[in-house]
Amino acid sequence: MSEKKPIAHLTQGAPMGVVPPDGENEPGIDTRRRYLASDAFGVLCFLAMTTCLLALVGLLAMVIINGLPWVSWKLLSSFPSRTPENAGILSALVGSVWLISLTVLISVPIGIGSALYLEEYSKPSRWRRLVQLNIANLAGVPSIVYGILGLGLFVRAMSLQRSVLAGALTLTLVVLPIVILSAQEALRAVPKSIRLGSYALGATRWQTTWHQVLPAALPGMMTGVILAMARALGEAAPLLAVGAVAYIAYVPRTLSDEFTALPLQIYNWASRPQAEFHGLASAAIIVLLAVLILLNAGAVFVRSRYGKRVKW
Amino acid sequence: MTNSSLPNADTAALADDDWLTSASNRHGYERAIHAFLLACAAVSVFTTIGIVVVLLAESLQFFREVSIFEFMFGTRWTPLFSEKHFGILPLLCGSFLVTAGAILIAGPIGLGTAIYLSEYANPVVRETVKPILEVLAGIPSVVYGVMAVTTVSPVIRWLFQSDSIFNALSASVVVGFMVLPMIVSLSEDVLRAVPRDLRLAAYALGATKLQVTLGVVTPAALSGIMASFLLAISRAVGETMAVTLAAGATAQLTLNPLESVQTMTAYIVQVSAGDTPAGSLEYRTIFAVGLTLFVSTMLLNILAQWILDRMREEYE
Repeated sequence: MSEKKPIAHLTQGAPMGVVPPDGENEPGIDTRRRYLASDAFGVLCFLAMTTCLLALVGLLAMVIINGLPWVSWKLLSSFPSRTPENAGILSALVGSVWLISLTVLISVPIGIGSALYLEEYSKPSRWRRLVQLNIANLAGVPSIVYGILGLGLFVRAMSLQRSVLAGALTLTLVVLPIVILSAQEALRAVPKSIRLGSYALGATRWQTTWHQVLPAALPGMMTGVILAMARALGEAAPLLAVGAVAYIAYVPRTLSDEFTALPLQIYNWASRPQAEFHGLASAAIIVLLAVLILLNAGAVFVRSRYGKRVKW
Repeated sequence: MTNSSLPNADTAALADDDWLTSASNRHGYERAIHAFLLACAAVSVFTTIGIVVVLLAESLQFFREVSIFEFMFGTRWTPLFSEKHFGILPLLCGSFLVTAGAILIAGPIGLGTAIYLSEYANPVVRETVKPILEVLAGIPSVVYGVMAVTTVSPVIRWLFQSDSIFNALSASVVVGFMVLPMIVSLSEDVLRAVPRDLRLAAYALGATKLQVTLGVVTPAALSGIMASFLLAISRAVGETMAVTLAAGATAQLTLNPLESVQTMTAYIVQVSAGDTPAGSLEYRTIFAVGLTLFVSTMLLNILAQWILDRMREEYE
């Protein structure tokens, strides 16, 4: 909008060398129409944006309104049940905590290790480009495909059955590209002079990486890890493919126990016809979103707190 | 001889690396760490190999019993009924219907939003709306599924006076809104990457904002916009939870968005959530369908990536 004024000023009256169409003798009219069209288009695009925001926020608000009456201590502290009044998400909540902790434990070392290899150790080569391209492609693979891989590889071939471990390994594969790509970005943000300074003092490559590069890149890596946790928390499709079922009336105690997770419980309740279960599903969504918001707040906190500590 | 054939930058990097490697080899564990990191990086390569091997191995066994022609061109998909037919067209049709609907909704709204944010909005609006959209992009897809079931589907049934609870349209609507943030964010990036000189040159010729946007900026960013659409399509094809909840489980060849359809992803969920014994023909169908899904989304992603890479070079 700010650029409009000087241009409008320039084109006021008859534009130089422009013949008004069809003998139209008032040069102002065509110009005015053109600006009217331009502004109308701006309004149209603004409407697109408001539609987009209102629809998303509105849909979310509907879910929250549906679910609020069902949010209670009982919801958090009881197991799923046939009767909506007694049903709760305890096993799902604990299952999700199990899954996420395991997924983070497995995916973070592998993910950061891969990023370190690609950014700090490997030379520019065809092999590195291939690995990089492969990771970018893996990030776009639908999560249900990872579920099929988990079913074929972990559940059947390694005969882990429908265990927490099989679920966590499958989720690890889903979030690994996210961890690697964000860790690489964090490593790229560390200035080359830090590394060269360390090498100049006679440090080896690993000493440089461990004592200089990693601490500097850690806040950026943490945000990536939290993003990955959020993704793992919300994924349902790969777990369904691995064969996790929603009706589990106990809390998993070992790695080989069967499990359920929050998104699975939500899916299970939403796929039933009764309206009460839809209310429960919405209530479980409120819990899920609350945990997601906490995770995101954690990411912001980590970035602002530890991002400042390292300065060059 | 060999050195002179390399570009200068590469020669420098190599020399640099040789010196460092010889220094680090003084310690044995340096080499061990190198090997460990290499193994980490290899995990992602093995993941891809794993996907391909698992999908191909089971699919090949499937195609030993079912002819590939029936699979590709058969018009009935009833592997779970007593009379079995294995034509994937109804599933493809379901996926296509939901995806097409989603893009018809997300395309215009997303592009309009991106144009508004990049060309019309003041920085304050832009800096508030973009993070909001990013947050919305992080909402799990099962949440969108619940939205479809509890809110969108009743509205559609009331609007069109139809009685099917499950319909392709409500799936399209929520998947459309789900991929919207992606289209907005990517398109806005490429629109903003169009050099300012081009806009100023057009303004200098007396063009209005509309003419500059539609005549100069959008065509210049067109390939990037195409890429964002392709990525959104790939995402919509692979989307699982929302379509499983909203579109139902009736595999049929129809283009009527008010009817219940089954997508490839929804079929995979239906079978794997049930109790099909490993090694049976029904069990193998999900690998054949998964292979089809994997190949189609992979092609879309590679195409989009290729377009984006080519564009990046053009502007540098």
